[in-house]
Amino acid sequence: MTHLTLTHFLVVGALLFALGLVTVSTRRNAVGVLMGVELILNGANVNLVAFDHYVVGGVSGHVFALFVIVLAAAEAAVGLAIVMTIFQSFRTIDVRIADTMRE
Amino acid sequence: MKGTASKLGLTVLLAVLVAAFLGILSVKVLPEAIPAGTRAPPRLGDLVFYAIAAMTVAGAAGVALSRNILRSAIGLLMALLGVGAIYVFLSADFLAVAQLLVYIGGVLVLILFAVMLTARIGDVNVSNQSFGLAGGLALFVAVTPVLLVVAALVPWPVHPDPSMAATTARIGNEFLSRWLLPFEVVSVVLLATLIGAVVIARKELKPDEPRESP
Repeated sequence: MTHLTLTHFLVVGALLFALGLVTVSTRRNAVGVLMGVELILNGANVNLVAFDHYVVGGVSGHVFALFVIVLAAAEAAVGLAIVMTIFQSFRTIDVRIADTMRE
Repeated sequence: MKGTASKLGLTVLLAVLVAAFLGILSVKVLPEAIPAGTRAPPRLGDLVFYAIAAMTVAGAAGVALSRNILRSAIGLLMALLGVGAIYVFLSADFLAVAQLLVYIGGVLVLILFAVMLTARIGDVNVSNQSFGLAGGLALFVAVTPVLLVVAALVPWPVHPDPSMAATTARIGNEFLSRWLLPFEVVSVVLLATLIGAVVIARKELKPDEPRESP
């Protein structure tokens, strides 16, 4: 066993990112896809803060992570509004059904 | 309840697999990445970190693998809580609180509302089917080793003794000096998002069509 190092946090961030990628690419439920996006952004945030703490030593990484959190909240709000609209039009949020623009 | 028991068993099996994966990683890869002189017996804080990391990854795996969208939401809750706790380990106190407020208090509640407004509660058990686990597994196997090898074997220029200090005042100063323009732009983005979400989600009433009777 070793004490906590940068690698521990990078591993957690990498696993979060990979699982989020799997979620985005395999879910049929549009809300599930949005959950995957949140996981990916959290994995990236863990990396940002870990590098800031262990390598840079300022608060720039924290500021960047805060911007990411704000934009993730905005993305979730707009994304869920779009999901609600899709549900009103198609009566389902299966991502295979909403393919009207696919020609 | 055979289905529930088998699902529970599957979840436990996955958690054990993840723990074993992390264990193998810390035993096999980390000694190569870290010089031998820095090894020491584990401290309590390290063990707490391992528990929180396992909870985070297990929650993320629940989001990726559960067939019930509500269980995915609970997994997302675990993952977001774990990430907030990891921020505390990285001396990012303000960020941890922001994670709790924005993600768990805002985004997760929004997602739960969307789940309850869109999924028919009767079909909730099949509400979150996947396109097939094989593709997801292939993607996981393709992506994860690259990231883990980069994380473990690159000699990052690590600061020798990172300090644990309060960051709120420094973040406030940075926001109002160096990052002032992005800070103001973000407020405009949030306003546009607010209006845009309302415009997208409202029911459209065309003036020439008669109103639908409920």
